[in-house]
Amino acid sequence: MIHEAQTMADRATAPTDLAPAETVSGPSALANVSRRAMLGGMGALVLALSWREPAQAEDKKDEPKKYGADAMPHGWQDDPKVFIAIAPDGTVTVTCHRSEMGQGVRTSIALVVADELEADWAKVKVAQAWGDETRFGNQDTDGSRSLRHFFPHLRHAGAAARAMLVQAAAKQWGVPAGEVKAENSVVTHAKSKRTVSYGEIAAAAADLPVPARESVVLKKQDAFRYIGKGKIGLIDNHDFTVGTAMYGIDTRLDGMLYGLIARPPVYGGKVVSFDDSEAKKVAGVVKIFKIDAPEIPSEFQPIGGVAVIAKNTWAAMKAREALKITWDDGPNASYDSVAFRGELEKAARAPGKVVRDQGDVAGAMAKAKTKLEAEYFVPHLVQAPMEPPAATVRIKDGFCEAWANTQAPQATHDRLAKKLNLPADKVKVHVTLLGGGFGRKSKPDYVLEAALCSQAVDGAPVKLIWTREDDLHHGYYHTISVERLEAGLDDKGMPIAWLHRSAAPTIGSIFAPDPKHELPFELGMGLTNTPFAVPNIRLENPAADAHVRIGWFRSVSNIPHAFAIQSFVSELAHAAGRDPKEYLLALIGPDRVIDPTSISDVWNYGEDPARYPIETARLRKVIEAAAKGIGWGRKMEKGTGLGIAGHYSFVTHTAVAAEVAVGPKGEVQVKRVDIAVDCGPQVNPERIRSQMEGAVVMGMGLALSAEITFKDGRAQQNNFDGYEITRIDAAPKEIHVHLLPNPDYSRPLGGVGEPGVPPVAPAIANAIFAATGRRIRQLPIRDQLSA
Amino acid sequence: MIKLTVNGAERSFDGDPDMPLLWYLRDEVGLTGTKFGCGQALCGACTIHVGGTAVRGCVTPVSAAEGQAVVTIEGLSPDGNHPVQVAWRDLNVSQCGYCQCGQMMQAASLLTDTPKPTDAQIDEAMSGNLCRCGTYPRIRAAIHQAAGQPSGAGQPSGAGQKPAANKGERL
Repeated sequence: MIHEAQTMADRATAPTDLAPAETVSGPSALANVSRRAMLGGMGALVLALSWREPAQAEDKKDEPKKYGADAMPHGWQDDPKVFIAIAPDGTVTVTCHRSEMGQGVRTSIALVVADELEADWAKVKVAQAWGDETRFGNQDTDGSRSLRHFFPHLRHAGAAARAMLVQAAAKQWGVPAGEVKAENSVVTHAKSKRTVSYGEIAAAAADLPVPARESVVLKKQDAFRYIGKGKIGLIDNHDFTVGTAMYGIDTRLDGMLYGLIARPPVYGGKVVSFDDSEAKKVAGVVKIFKIDAPEIPSEFQPIGGVAVIAKNTWAAMKAREALKITWDDGPNASYDSVAFRGELEKAARAPGKVVRDQGDVAGAMAKAKTKLEAEYFVPHLVQAPMEPPAATVRIKDGFCEAWANTQAPQATHDRLAKKLNLPADKVKVHVTLLGGGFGRKSKPDYVLEAALCSQAVDGAPVKLIWTREDDLHHGYYHTISVERLEAGLDDKGMPIAWLHRSAAPTIGSIFAPDPKHELPFELGMGLTNTPFAVPNIRLENPAADAHVRIGWFRSVSNIPHAFAIQSFVSELAHAAGRDPKEYLLALIGPDRVIDPTSISDVWNYGEDPARYPIETARLRKVIEAAAKGIGWGRKMEKGTGLGIAGHYSFVTHTAVAAEVAVGPKGEVQVKRVDIAVDCGPQVNPERIRSQMEGAVVMGMGLALSAEITFKDGRAQQNNFDGYEITRIDAAPKEIHVHLLPNPDYSRPLGGVGEPGVPPVAPAIANAIFAATGRRIRQLPIRDQLSA
Repeated sequence: MIKLTVNGAERSFDGDPDMPLLWYLRDEVGLTGTKFGCGQALCGACTIHVGGTAVRGCVTPVSAAEGQAVVTIEGLSPDGNHPVQVAWRDLNVSQCGYCQCGQMMQAASLLTDTPKPTDAQIDEAMSGNLCRCGTYPRIRAAIHQAAGQPSGAGQPSGAGQKPAANKGERL
């Protein structure tokens, strides 16, 4: 159970090579049950096939459908020897196999393992796993699923290690294991008053076989020390506050060079010719070379361009600026996102592919007393993590090592091996801290770019970074969408017919040529699975083309779906002369448990619909909690208003109530936000709160100011002056997070990282309506209220 | 040859005098606590102190620091216990942590100039420092704590819970 695991603090004191080097050479992992790659649902399956080697799809036709962690590529592991090391001095090192990008996963994983292990938190350290899913289980850090998928397995690992420590001590003392207790890093035999520390008994414990899975007894939840308590500080707090936390951009290797790439300004474009005579004059330039453009769709491949390698970042920047490049802009040369909005509107005004059909919408519409219709627009967005994509690659003696701020270590590993034509065991991907991810760093294109740069200088280490301009100009953008809603209303103003057309380019367009429809996982993000008690519902998805790389952005398709639906509900409430919160609750209807597959959601975030049904009581309760928090119904001053929205995403229920003031020039101030969440049992409530606070701020940014537009195929925003994200002076003075108690830890966990974002924008838009009587139907709001 | 001190140590540099301090510190000196976020003085991730004043390292050439004392997050305090560093840990301000070195350098500068800032003064001083994770409510609360003031109504609901077993410090 003892392995060499270098912690971040250790790394920071290493004199020369500051790159993460978490080499682990412990006992080999116990073979777990073979878990093959398969995501639930057809759309997700397409993605899984595109992500991983095609062979993984072939051999599972006769297997029962798998869900959750079982369905992820390489499933899960729970071997204590993989995740836990105990040194003779008692230091417990927990290996975190999920990428840390601000969600606090290194702290949360460590505290789960430490709790079941009965480890003294003061002695716990964390080491970061390299990319190796056969060893660690799935490592794709996305979809709000790290704890949702691994909580039970990490508990098991901790409990199994505790059992081994107990057995080793019992054996040494010659007493029955049942008389021996492990507590807070000490093993005790009360009868003989003997104790031994974890550090002292660890070596003997490591020689024991790992106990059979079914023999391991988990703690009773009332014995938890750390889980659910919210009292553990961030395990990386020291490094975060003294500058020693190591991100992808911070890697330093002996002899390292620095790379930048000038990429085609239009997706699908390529270099026609380039003149590097001026660039070569910049002192410190080592090499300039062309990278060929890939076929499009380009998936995770580099998009071509001209690379500059230099002895420092500044020289690379100056040389790149001195390049003279002639581009062929390719098939997307005329992409204009303003004109494209018109195409989406046209598509949304005609019948499209039916994705849910319940009752008789046409018939009910004809019978409706009144009708209401509205269209909502959400623009392209870009993740813009504060740390842009960055990776360092070294290829030495036929062995490639990469240090990358990646959310997808295994996909990065596989792509590198293929790109460099190396066997899988000749590639190692070290995972650094991520300075934010938000989906951008799920795509390893930049790591492949670093590998091409290293290859170009005979394998010398090259750190390839993206500037902010690169990040905004060459992103994997959030889709652009028009959502059209029509409702036929009865004499009380409640819908008897509901028609929703969602028109948006799909993420599938980066994987396969010409897909025009949203995939089931996109439709299942708050469109098909909206649990309204309306008898006749028809949902359609008209065709839409993609002209840029479309990618995951935190909360993904939930953003446009929630903005449209939750705004429309408020519009219907107003038309009916009813309170928006009461109307929303009436639309959700009586408490019931809904099988998502019964309402055409075949995806359900990859989870078993029996274990994760839609429970409308939970949605109701978060709406009530947010409303109560903000003082719903209180008398408001002129120019101020309250708005509310509730949304179900990542198998978590969330509601936001916002208080907004609109000034005489139409300036919007979000004064207070109450966000209520029911994410199932709470492993680390302190981090759930911080995720919700952050989601409110990010949701505000996309509601008020953030937008990427394209003209002549080129992104028009260059940096944080054009792409405006929330600053501290705009952030609400008060954010109140309400965590709904869900104390039974045998219940399934919901997601946390993403569910906070979707209800924020509609709650703000609804509050603006309450304050001014003006309805926001397009984001960002910017100066719409100034006229 | 440019001479300056970095965190108290004398240094000289004979490279491109136009090189921004950000890249000088990161690539030449090896101090990576000063972060790159925009290169245009729009995000504040590269905030350092030159001659006691907070500046953006990404647009300040090395030549501008001739004869000056440059302080980075690594040198903000000898033991990592400047009041802002302590408050940042106590309130678990960080999410990804990337922008926080720049935030703390800016906050330390604010507290030097304005020992007891109001929320409005905090907002004004800190509005050039972006955080994509959205930690602003805790940043406000941490600055108030570092100033020895109770937090206002702006304190987020989760902040202020002091870890019982350990503050997450990894010395």
